[in-house]
Amino acid sequence: MSRREQFWVITSNHLIEGDAIWLNNSGDWTRKLGEAKLFDDRDSAETALMTADKERHIHVGAYLAAARPGRDQKPEPQHVREQIRTTGPSNYFHGKQATASDVSV
Amino acid sequence: MYQYNDFDQAFVRGRVKEFRGQVERRLSGALTEEEFKPLRLKNGLYLQLHAYMLRVAIPYGTLDSRQMRRLADIAERWDKGYGHFTTRQNVQFNWPRLADVPDILDALADVSMHAIQTSGNCIRNVTADHFAAAADDEIEDPRQTAELLRQWSTDHPEFQYLPRKFKIAVTGSQNDRAVTRAHDIGIRALQDSDGRHGYEILIGGGLGRTPMLGQVVRSFLPKEHLLPYIEAILRVYNLYGRRDNKYKARIKILLHETGLTLLQNQIETEFQACQSRFSGIDSELRQHIEQAFAPPSFVAVPHDQFDIRMTGDSAFSEWFKTNTAKHRDNHHAILTISLKPVGGTPGDATSSQMRVIADLAEQFGYNEIRISHEQNIILPHLPLGHLPQVYDRLRDAQLETANVGLLSDIIACPGMDYCALATARSIPVAQEISQRFDTLRLERKIGPIKIKISGCINACGHHHVGDIGILGLDRAGVENYQITLGGDASEKARIGKRAGPGFSFDDLIPALERLLEAYLELRLMPEETFGDCHRRLGSEPFQRALYPADVQQAA
Repeated sequence: MSRREQFWVITSNHLIEGDAIWLNNSGDWTRKLGEAKLFDDRDSAETALMTADKERHIHVGAYLAAARPGRDQKPEPQHVREQIRTTGPSNYFHGKQATASDVSV
Repeated sequence: MYQYNDFDQAFVRGRVKEFRGQVERRLSGALTEEEFKPLRLKNGLYLQLHAYMLRVAIPYGTLDSRQMRRLADIAERWDKGYGHFTTRQNVQFNWPRLADVPDILDALADVSMHAIQTSGNCIRNVTADHFAAAADDEIEDPRQTAELLRQWSTDHPEFQYLPRKFKIAVTGSQNDRAVTRAHDIGIRALQDSDGRHGYEILIGGGLGRTPMLGQVVRSFLPKEHLLPYIEAILRVYNLYGRRDNKYKARIKILLHETGLTLLQNQIETEFQACQSRFSGIDSELRQHIEQAFAPPSFVAVPHDQFDIRMTGDSAFSEWFKTNTAKHRDNHHAILTISLKPVGGTPGDATSSQMRVIADLAEQFGYNEIRISHEQNIILPHLPLGHLPQVYDRLRDAQLETANVGLLSDIIACPGMDYCALATARSIPVAQEISQRFDTLRLERKIGPIKIKISGCINACGHHHVGDIGILGLDRAGVENYQITLGGDASEKARIGKRAGPGFSFDDLIPALERLLEAYLELRLMPEETFGDCHRRLGSEPFQRALYPADVQQAA
């Protein structure tokens, strides 16, 4: 994929739970990658990251993660590390894969 | 076992109270993450991929039933019903909520446990031979030395901000079960020709991105000089260790760049100065500690049932032969409870399994439990006559896997399933290896072998010192696994060498299969272990098996 076709999401870890969260279209945080805002240019993603990074009483260590548009243009992880953050560990049915989908941040 | 005195107890409680206030301030927004992170790390609290992780110290891997039960309670109440035992003889909880951690630390303090100095650039939990006070090859109990070092190093004001983390291991035997040559300081108990007890001191060992074996810096250190000498090493390291580059900050790099002779001279000079500061309180303290580690009075019990099971129950006798080691008392055995069931996660135990182990230790094993750096649990003193009951209860708890020292007794770090530093997964590799070789029924034919897996270059899974080491890396977002051959963690320690290009997750297990089939062909006799065979032949024939021409072409 060329640099022009790169997509990004803004992700972080929740301050209290420590789990993975993503920034959505309304500028709030979501626990589901599928609801995250997909950025198609790095500059605007970095600007949004700077804004998001100020809310440090909610989350810890926000960063840009490479993603790709999947079904219905919903973001999907590009890297295996982000795949694991999105679902949970592979040795137990714990983490996101086992959590009710409507748990809000 | 050493019991906390009032000072220890008040200190640990004080730290919990302090941390509770820090967590409250973080949650209220009064502390930023930049301010809070060093404080949480001082209390063993990391932030990983899915959650916080709390690393709890188990000093020199020793705990009693009450403490093990408390770990089980914590896992059940604040985590997901299990704990992960690590290569540092610690236990890690993978799912605590930040707000709950002060309560967890209070629950630990109730049973004289804590998470202090399990992280950060300080002297970490001192590790020791897990067969301490039970092995028949022991010169002295290494835990006396480890406990003295624990008391000296805990909250030592001078050594809280070292250039990098600092790990010390102690062995009381010539047979090194504590991997002392892979530590910043390795301490080996010795006895000179006059019968005086002392130590051989090694420095500069470590795995990670620059693996090096420790070198002898003092061949005989009289016992009473231990603390001033170790303090001298730390002072020299604290002063001259590099702080400009975290990858060059360990004492092994200082040793490499300074040279052994010069560093030795610097340490000896500092030692002369240090000696005058130790008034003898350390020797008094040591006497008290030695009394605390007095071995139990071993009581033999009739072993008719044991004899019957050994002849009439092949599963029992196989388990006995594989999972027990010779105890210094002929009527006892050292039992290693494998935390490596086929397809399981190396080092994990559920709350109910922890309780079974606690009950067995209390009922039959003089209330002593150990954690090994190989991620298993040891009951160090079990009367032979009780082994049939112990086996039956372990079997009911699915803890009877008879594989200690064999292929599926794998060390694996948490890897990318949990760890924020990891570049590849480790646990599924271990699971697949144990499942595949169980299907092939080759484990017993292959015999003793150490497979060690790390999910990144930091080498928590000790891959450099495995007969077969596996290092998981990230190649453009895809997991890739390098194999090293010929490592050894024992007193004959050796760093393994990389065999060649890495393998994909899917290609790794077939490659290991070819490697081990080659070993079975190459060995002179069944008694020639993989390690011995590799020492005799070198890596070349094994590399041919890993990278045959037809497979390379297909790739």
